[in-house]
Order: sequence, then C-alpha cells, then structure tokens
Amino acid sequence: METEFTPITSLLGGALIGLSAVLMMAMHGRIAGISGIVARMLPPSADKAGLPQGIIFVFGLLIAAPLWIALTGKIPDQVISAGGPALAIAGLLVGFGSVLGNGCTSGHGVCGISRGSARSIAATITFMATAFVTVFIIRHIVGS
Amino acid sequence: MRNILTLISGLSFGTGLILSGMANPAKVQNFLDLFGTWDPSLAFVMGGAIMVTMPGFWLVQKRTTPFFSDMFHMPTRTDFDARLIAGSATFGVGWGLGGFCPGPAVTSLPLGSTGTLIFIATMLLGMIAAKYVASPSTAQQET
Repeated sequence: METEFTPITSLLGGALIGLSAVLMMAMHGRIAGISGIVARMLPPSADKAGLPQGIIFVFGLLIAAPLWIALTGKIPDQVISAGGPALAIAGLLVGFGSVLGNGCTSGHGVCGISRGSARSIAATITFMATAFVTVFIIRHIVGS
Repeated sequence: MRNILTLISGLSFGTGLILSGMANPAKVQNFLDLFGTWDPSLAFVMGGAIMVTMPGFWLVQKRTTPFFSDMFHMPTRTDFDARLIAGSATFGVGWGLGGFCPGPAVTSLPLGSTGTLIFIATMLLGMIAAKYVASPSTAQQET
C-alpha cells in the first residue's frame, strides 16, 4: 500500500531523534543506539550500573505513543503488513543482527554517520542493501 | 535532574519516531521499495537527525567529560570485521521483512498490536542469543 510522502514531519521527527541522541551524549557520553540500550539490559552480562538509566530511557520511549494520543487525539498511523510468522523471524534477525553488528538504525545509521565512523558507514550501507533486497524479494518476486 | 533528562531523551526519541512516520512499518517498507510504492520520507528522518547530531556531538565533545559521567564512552574500533558486516546484513533482512527496527518496535508496544508483541518477544530472544555468541571483547562498542 502507498504511504504519503511527508518531508516536513519526517525532518522534524528526525530532528527530535537527533536531539535525543545529543542529550544522551551530553549527559552520559554514550551513543543513543536503541539496540545497545536494550541489549545492555539483557542477560548474559547485563550492565547493572547502567540499568536504572536504561529503564528510564525505555520508559520514555514507551510513554511517547500514549502521550501523543492524549495530546493530539489521534492514534499514530500504523500498518503492519507482515504476518505473525514473518514478524517472529524478523524480530529474531533484527535482535541477533543488531547485537552481532554492534548497532542498528540509530546507533550506526544516525549517531555513527554523524561521527564519521567508517565502521558505522559500512554497517549502514550493508543493512540498507540487504533491507532493499529483502523488500524487493517479498514484494516483487514472492508477492507478484 | 539526570533522571528527568534521560526520560525526556527517551520521550523525544519516541515522539520523533511517531512524528516522522518511522514507527509505521508500511512507511519503512515503502522507503525500501525503490521499484514499487517508493516513499522517500525516511531519508528526511535520517537527514533531520544528522542535522542535529553532527553539530550537537561536536559541541558536546568540546567538554572534557559528559555532565553525568566521568568519560565519553565512544567506540574506538576502526577495523572492519566479519561480525560487523554479517550482523548488519542480518539486521537489514529482518528490518526489511518486518518493517520494524528496535526503536520503533519498542515505541509501538503501547499501541498493542499483536504483530508488535511477537516482534519484540523474538527480538529480545535474538539479542540474548547474540550476546551468548559475541565475545566480550567485541560486544557493546558502538551502541
């Protein structure tokens, strides 16, 4: 299905994500990578010292949608076209891959590129490429 | 103060994901669908974020230490290893398949879709599995 091209709200939303990353860097000296923040809270070798701040950050993520609904009166647009089995596999791959590759869209894609990290740029090119190919296969080869 | 700023940071991230459309898997998959219903919005999300982080990081790092920590925990590695590339390639396949990456999935959890619940559950399992596989010397450098 088509979605509307939203350059202005996407740019503004992106700026809020950037602001969050700058805050994390200024306060804790850390990269605001969501996969890293979540994974550090998990066994084995959970980061106990960083746990309270991690929980507070994730809590902030979790209250964003309820606050959005309360303030705008609208439920955010969301269409999840993948079925249960596909989402289960997708979750496994995203979780495993982001920890193995030390980052996801936020840590490598936003923060890493901003720092000019060659590793993050290579990671971003790699995951963009496999994601493009995956969507091409599911929509134009399997789905056609 | 520290807790409030961390909360604001998480809230700002989540709100940014919702406002930008990145919390909508259909929009993510359309960005990735160059030869179909292409929606270039996500390039603007990344652009908007980097427009803030690039000067922001530069300013912050003029300080010798962060406000609430005794040092910057910056990734120091510069080499390319198989783990970085294989992990990122795996991540990309999952991202394309579901249209979710970790931030949007966690942010979408309160919206209560079954699909989001399934994705989060297996994502956490995948993370735990990878932590068992990855050795401590290479784990937790970028993120």
